[in-house]
Amino acid sequence: MTQNESNQTHVSFRDVETRFKGLFAWVFSTDHKRIGLLYLYSIVTFFLTGVALGIAMKLELMAPGRDVMDPETYNAIFTLHGVIMIFLVVVPGLPAIFGNFFLPIMIGAKDVAFPKLNLMSWWLYVLGALVALSSLFMADGPPDTGWTFYAPYSFKTNTNVLPAVIGAFILGFSSILTGINFIVTIHRLRAPGMGWFKMPLFPWTLYGTGWIQILATPIVGITLLMIVGERLFSIGFFDPALGGDPILYQHLFWIYSHPAVYIMILPAMGAISEIIPTFANKTIFGYKAIVISTLAIAFVGYFVWGHHMFTSGMSGTALYTFSLLTFLVAIPSAIKVFNWVSTLHKASIQLEAPFFWAVSFVFVFMIGGLSGLALGALATNVHLHDTAFVVAHFHYIVFGGVGFAFLGAIHYWFPKMWGRMYNKKRAITGWVLFFIGFNTLYLPMFFLGISGMPRRYYDYVERFHGPNIVSTIGSWVLLIGLVVIIYNLVRSAKKGEPAVKNPWGGKTLEWTVDSPPTLENFEDIPEVTKGPYDYR
Amino acid sequence: MIEETTNNASNFVSEVDSAFVFIFGISLFFLFAITIVMVYYVFRYRKSKNPKATHIEGNHKLEIIWTVIPTILVVIMFYYGWAGWKSQREVPEDAMTIKSIARMWSFGFEYENGVTTDTLYVPIHQPINLDLVAVDVLHSIYIPAFRIKQDMVPGKPDFIWFESGKIGEYEIFCAEYCGLRHSFMKTAVKVLSQEDYDAWYKGSSQTAEGAGAEGKALFQKFGCFACHSIDGSKLVGPSLKGIFNNKRMVIKDGEEIELVADAEYIKRSIYEPNADVVKDFVPGMMVSYKAMIKDEEVDQLIEYFKTLE
Repeated sequence: MTQNESNQTHVSFRDVETRFKGLFAWVFSTDHKRIGLLYLYSIVTFFLTGVALGIAMKLELMAPGRDVMDPETYNAIFTLHGVIMIFLVVVPGLPAIFGNFFLPIMIGAKDVAFPKLNLMSWWLYVLGALVALSSLFMADGPPDTGWTFYAPYSFKTNTNVLPAVIGAFILGFSSILTGINFIVTIHRLRAPGMGWFKMPLFPWTLYGTGWIQILATPIVGITLLMIVGERLFSIGFFDPALGGDPILYQHLFWIYSHPAVYIMILPAMGAISEIIPTFANKTIFGYKAIVISTLAIAFVGYFVWGHHMFTSGMSGTALYTFSLLTFLVAIPSAIKVFNWVSTLHKASIQLEAPFFWAVSFVFVFMIGGLSGLALGALATNVHLHDTAFVVAHFHYIVFGGVGFAFLGAIHYWFPKMWGRMYNKKRAITGWVLFFIGFNTLYLPMFFLGISGMPRRYYDYVERFHGPNIVSTIGSWVLLIGLVVIIYNLVRSAKKGEPAVKNPWGGKTLEWTVDSPPTLENFEDIPEVTKGPYDYR
Repeated sequence: MIEETTNNASNFVSEVDSAFVFIFGISLFFLFAITIVMVYYVFRYRKSKNPKATHIEGNHKLEIIWTVIPTILVVIMFYYGWAGWKSQREVPEDAMTIKSIARMWSFGFEYENGVTTDTLYVPIHQPINLDLVAVDVLHSIYIPAFRIKQDMVPGKPDFIWFESGKIGEYEIFCAEYCGLRHSFMKTAVKVLSQEDYDAWYKGSSQTAEGAGAEGKALFQKFGCFACHSIDGSKLVGPSLKGIFNNKRMVIKDGEEIELVADAEYIKRSIYEPNADVVKDFVPGMMVSYKAMIKDEEVDQLIEYFKTLE
């Protein structure tokens, strides 16, 4: 078959004629691939906003005293940075973009189980985002409470807390609907022959994530409604002035927000588990161990929220129970790392950009995870809690872990999504700069935390100055790396060389369909006979 | 002068630090070991060097080994963390109690003789029990050199204790975000020899003399200085320089009006701070001090304000 013939019979999902034209053909499309891209474009927009806010914070922290902004502005900026990055970027991030685009293809389906619900999730996401950000344009300005909205400060401040809270409430529904959709899709739409243990690991992590989204998100929903009730009708749930309990708020908040970290990190681990075997040309080491550890993380992750509250005045029994459980959740993460590294043993490795992202993911994820051990132990936690150490730990997991996995995933699946190749050299240059910038930005914050600098600090004493300068410079290097990466990808999406079906030699089903896929992905639903990573 | 880390700054330092050394030691060992192996594999098994991969699906023995060893290690870490923390919640019976008050955005320390200071003074080798009270929002008292921290929750009294073994001055920070001037909410603990402490304690209870002296002490005690300057500079609240019997523009029920800051106005501003808010300042920043400051104390404060010409 020549290229010309294939173009006539195989129409890319991007060029398919639909009822609507132009932009409407996208925002009203129920095609999982178009919805995945809609999420990508909206999430990247918010991500860049969040990055700009983060860079501004680092600029202010370059020296003690006032550098570029007032404390009011700084407090609003770190709140917005958190709200945008958590609720609008990292929680939906990988599942909504790559999950939507690739879950059906990887399990041999033509779409998700509920395509219309899927489109509605995106619309809810956009609505929630607009409501949350509307506070920017209101009289008293955006909230200044931090993304945690801790009571009772969140009831005392005059800034616009309510829009952010209601926005987060709506976003929760978007998340729940996506979770339901993915779980049903995985249960019902796997290709014939694809038993549970023949399913690739990325869908497996989406499955674990889906359950967390369904079971944990309603709790934050009800909590946010309680805040609305308290602010509007003075019902005393959390504010001691009204007879409420601020610690209750922290429990309810973290019962969701800790599992939310696993909503973020599990699909990231899934993407890494796809990239490593493909570039190692070798089946993944310990497939079942990885699956079981995924489910173990999703399950145990529900019971560790109290480690955010070790200094809050909870009972001693609660403290050491949460501490022990926190340590237990470290074990399945360690197992995954050992399996990824072992996969490289006696492999035949193609040194390409997605692989570098995956290997550096393992490195930064280890720093994030291992630094979490000092936070899980009670004695050391008391010293480190609410310091820059926690901020560094958290960013190593969420920006290092999820961010590196995201960038690895986009370099891995780019040829499939846009049907074009990017400039490989430039991709590696971007990775090197980003990797150096990232570590220069966040490593000093571990030292700041150990020496006692609290987080959410607009100003600091002179002895914290040195590491802060290094950190700020790191933020610039990271930014340059990010510009190189984005420039390369945006340019290549239009002008890159056309990509073949399987540029990396992957074995999962997405590499058997066209680049980019047709509207229905498969002409005929494939019959699965082998495991997902059989390179023999 | 702020002391850097020293082993006997408080009785907890050596135990907490040995937990740190154990946990960080193991963490760094694994970080370096795994990274070195990983980089070696990438180098050794790159395609140009090893064109054909060997098919290996897994190894049960290895999976068991690398589940069991980390489990043992984390349980030991848990134990270290628990052991080092346990004593932080067991106050010795002979501890000296000092009431610690946190409000936006200052700490206050009230001793048994009724004196209140913004710096914490304690004698060396004496267990100190701080009774923690927060009046408005969450705060957290954090003394990095002592390795201790405890949230201060309004409506929920709590405590934190320590015994210092080294004379010196150590930073106290607020670790829980508490609003606009969170990062400025800091003070120090001064550890004195028993003789110096006794001398300070005796001297502190002697009433100062001169016009407005009692009021000045109250101004310190209630932490008013955190938001109101006396030199005319603008902080979160209006400066009190030359306030008495001068005109101010205030917002009352949304209307802008001019009034004179007489005794009645000052009292109302302390008891109902959001009734008349000085123009260009944000309402809701100050809580009512009605339960804390007595009528006669208000009068003493006003005597003090009269001296701020």
